[in-house]
Amino acid sequence: MAEALLEIESLTKRFGGVVASDTISLALFRGELHALIGPNGAGKTTLIGQLTGEIKPDSGRIRFDAYDVTALPVHRRSQLGLARSFQIASLFPEFTALDNVALAVQAHAGHSFRFWRAARREPELREPARDALARVGLVHRAEVRVTDLSHGERRQLEIAMALATRPRMLLLDEPMAGMGPEESARLVETLRQLKGTLTILLVEHDMDAVFALADRITVMVYGRIIASDDPAAIRADAAVREAYLGEQDEVRDEGVHG
Amino acid sequence: MSDWRKEWRNAWRKAWWRPRFVVNAALLILFALVPLYSALAGDPFAMTLFSRIVIMAIAALSLNLIMGFGGMVSFGHAAYLGIGGYAVGILAKEGIGSGFVQWPVAVAASAFYALVVGALSLRTRGVYFIMITLAFAQMVYYVASGLDRYGGDDGLTIYHRSQFGAFTLNNATVFYYLCFGVLLAGIYLVWRIVNSRFGLVIQGARSNEPRMRAIGFPTFRYRLACFVIAGALCGLAGALLANQTSFISPAMMHWTRSGDLIVMAVLGGMQAMFGPLIGATTFLLLEQALSHVTDYPDLVLGPLLLIVAIYVNGGIDGLLGGARRG
Amino acid sequence: MLYFLEQFLNGIQLGMLLFLLAAGLTLIFGIMDLVNLAHGSLYMLGAYFAATFAAWTGSFVLGAVLAIAAALLAGMVLEVVAIRRLYGRNHLDHVLGTFGLLLFFNELVRLVWGPAGMTLSLPSEMLTAVQILPGLYYPAYRLVIIAATLAVALLLYVLVMRTRLGMLIRAGASNREMVGALGVNIKLLYTLVFGLGAALAGFAGLMQAPILTVQIGMGENILIPAFVVVVIGGIGSIRGAFVAALLVGVIDTIGRAFLPDLLHQYLSTNAADTLAPALSSMSIYLLMALVLVARPEGLFPAARR
Repeated sequence: MAEALLEIESLTKRFGGVVASDTISLALFRGELHALIGPNGAGKTTLIGQLTGEIKPDSGRIRFDAYDVTALPVHRRSQLGLARSFQIASLFPEFTALDNVALAVQAHAGHSFRFWRAARREPELREPARDALARVGLVHRAEVRVTDLSHGERRQLEIAMALATRPRMLLLDEPMAGMGPEESARLVETLRQLKGTLTILLVEHDMDAVFALADRITVMVYGRIIASDDPAAIRADAAVREAYLGEQDEVRDEGVHG
Repeated sequence: MSDWRKEWRNAWRKAWWRPRFVVNAALLILFALVPLYSALAGDPFAMTLFSRIVIMAIAALSLNLIMGFGGMVSFGHAAYLGIGGYAVGILAKEGIGSGFVQWPVAVAASAFYALVVGALSLRTRGVYFIMITLAFAQMVYYVASGLDRYGGDDGLTIYHRSQFGAFTLNNATVFYYLCFGVLLAGIYLVWRIVNSRFGLVIQGARSNEPRMRAIGFPTFRYRLACFVIAGALCGLAGALLANQTSFISPAMMHWTRSGDLIVMAVLGGMQAMFGPLIGATTFLLLEQALSHVTDYPDLVLGPLLLIVAIYVNGGIDGLLGGARRG
Repeated sequence: MLYFLEQFLNGIQLGMLLFLLAAGLTLIFGIMDLVNLAHGSLYMLGAYFAATFAAWTGSFVLGAVLAIAAALLAGMVLEVVAIRRLYGRNHLDHVLGTFGLLLFFNELVRLVWGPAGMTLSLPSEMLTAVQILPGLYYPAYRLVIIAATLAVALLLYVLVMRTRLGMLIRAGASNREMVGALGVNIKLLYTLVFGLGAALAGFAGLMQAPILTVQIGMGENILIPAFVVVVIGGIGSIRGAFVAALLVGVIDTIGRAFLPDLLHQYLSTNAADTLAPALSSMSIYLLMALVLVARPEGLFPAARR
């Protein structure tokens, strides 16, 4: 039985009268690709925010590799190996794609109290950055400024940056939002190749991708988990269909690859 | 931007004789030759004026490090000019005339105050940061005004410039070239810092701080370090200023002085190494020129600043083809 | 004890003046996201207008009314001509631009009214001292200031909480884009808000004129404490500005009154003489630093954007 890399215990978060997270408990196993789905407003992004440390939970615990990280600040969690990509691309606009990823590499390459050497000419930073870009298929756009990248390319860059921090776990918040079919397919391929080497929590609305990649799927509605199981069981679950999948036209029993 | 304009701008940027390069080089040559002009034309005032410009350029350079590259808009930077200046003045009054003591004290005191101010202020952002840095500068201003022994509101005359063993700064030409040398060294230093790992962290934090933390940078300590470096450099400028005017007073750190520094940095172009020099030169020469022409110079200067704020993106350096602010 | 009460009342009075300035500033920050260094200039113009109109009409009250109208007008004209071009820019551009305006207005006043400053005299009834408590006499005019500004604060409260304009203002303070999307004439709203801020500042300027000063640069001296009030109170919050203004006014006044004696009791004369003025002036900044450490967004921050 694979051990849990991430354990979420009774996580609760309220915003005024809205319960964004209602005693959420979940365990993510090493090496799995775990999808988190649910209608908009279900609290998925809030959950990710609590996992990364941007949002403080009202109660509950988060354990990463058996280590309690609930009170740990954002940058420390990143240092422990927890990386995320943002739903709305959060990049460094005036810099090139390569600069962006190199910064992510730099964050995990010791301290940065180095005042003299030109960082843009350091192979220890540039080479791993190029590798990360290559993994997402963006290396040909390395010298392009972020402001000149397309929307889909920026989402890819998001992922490259997360990968460049050499994480043990990747939290992907709707990486395919707004992507066309080719870009989505390419991203699915990238994620498929990453499976096994990394643990991935994937929040997505694209059901084709979800059912193609996920080892397990958790369904959230109004801040609560209503089901958490392997894809076949989820597809068959009546409550899930009623709450969420029933609205999705793309999911058909026979048409999904996986 | 339409195609032909984009091409024109690229050509403007890439030409070997590109305007930025020409202007920067011309400026350096001009400044290097000031003492010569002064001697030939029998105009010692020119050297005094340009010494002042150089010193303010150093101060603006230090501000630009945190403001232009770090995004930390400090409205209290003149405080470090004051602290540096007062260090020299106070030590001089107490009989310590050696530059070997005065100048390190000036730099250390400024660095220390920057450490305190930064530690408290850098947890705030935006307008709050601007206001709290202003408040801290006001505190120093009031303390200086209350120092009766050192002149209080009226200020204190410094009778002997800093001495370095047998070497004195009484010769105006020597002093001028010393200041110019400090400026050049400062520009080089800032250039190296900005492009180093440290500099990229600072720039990244300006660009998108939450993202920096998300990828694993503890941004606070880097920004604090940058703030301290800037304070220290400005303290050195303050020591130079005290020597140049042979006078210290709380007016050195009045908040309108901090405003002037911001103007110089923005005017010159905040993304450029030579921006502060261009800005200081333009601003101070303009001030001089206007006061010769009219009894009411601010009637022109004021609206000019407003126009620069509204229309000029990237300062003068931007106009010459440099990077524009986002 | 009576001395303490007298100083306390002076503190309240100062606080009320600060409130008038801070209310305008916080509205302009909160709704237009604009850092306005020229706010003190409008305060100065209010005083100069009042002195001029009072001299022309021979009546303090008439002069005051005309001055408020003039300040309102000046504010709106300034907004249309210059300020609105700064919206949406980063704060640095605001600082630069309004700093330029500050310099301009100081020079303009010097050109029009001369460098010497002016005086504004009060009608004789207001000059008497009123007995509020046995043994405590307080100048009638200072009471008028407190009463008048309280009335204005109340009017402001009614305006912001109970009128349609006020509702738009509150909405704008917490979500600018939304108000625009609702089809409201944003430009007009902004002009009115700026004008309102200018009128408040002008009113403060003219009210303090008889007891303090009418001179060039008077705006700068009160502008920074007004910013301190806004920061302590929380940007965008008028209630915060009110509470913070009273706090700052009282602490500053009591500090200046009692700190020197306190210091002399515990320190040598020299040290006390040196530290006293500095510490008294610093008290409000220390307060601000303390507040920001505990609550970086101020005491009553307006809703997050």
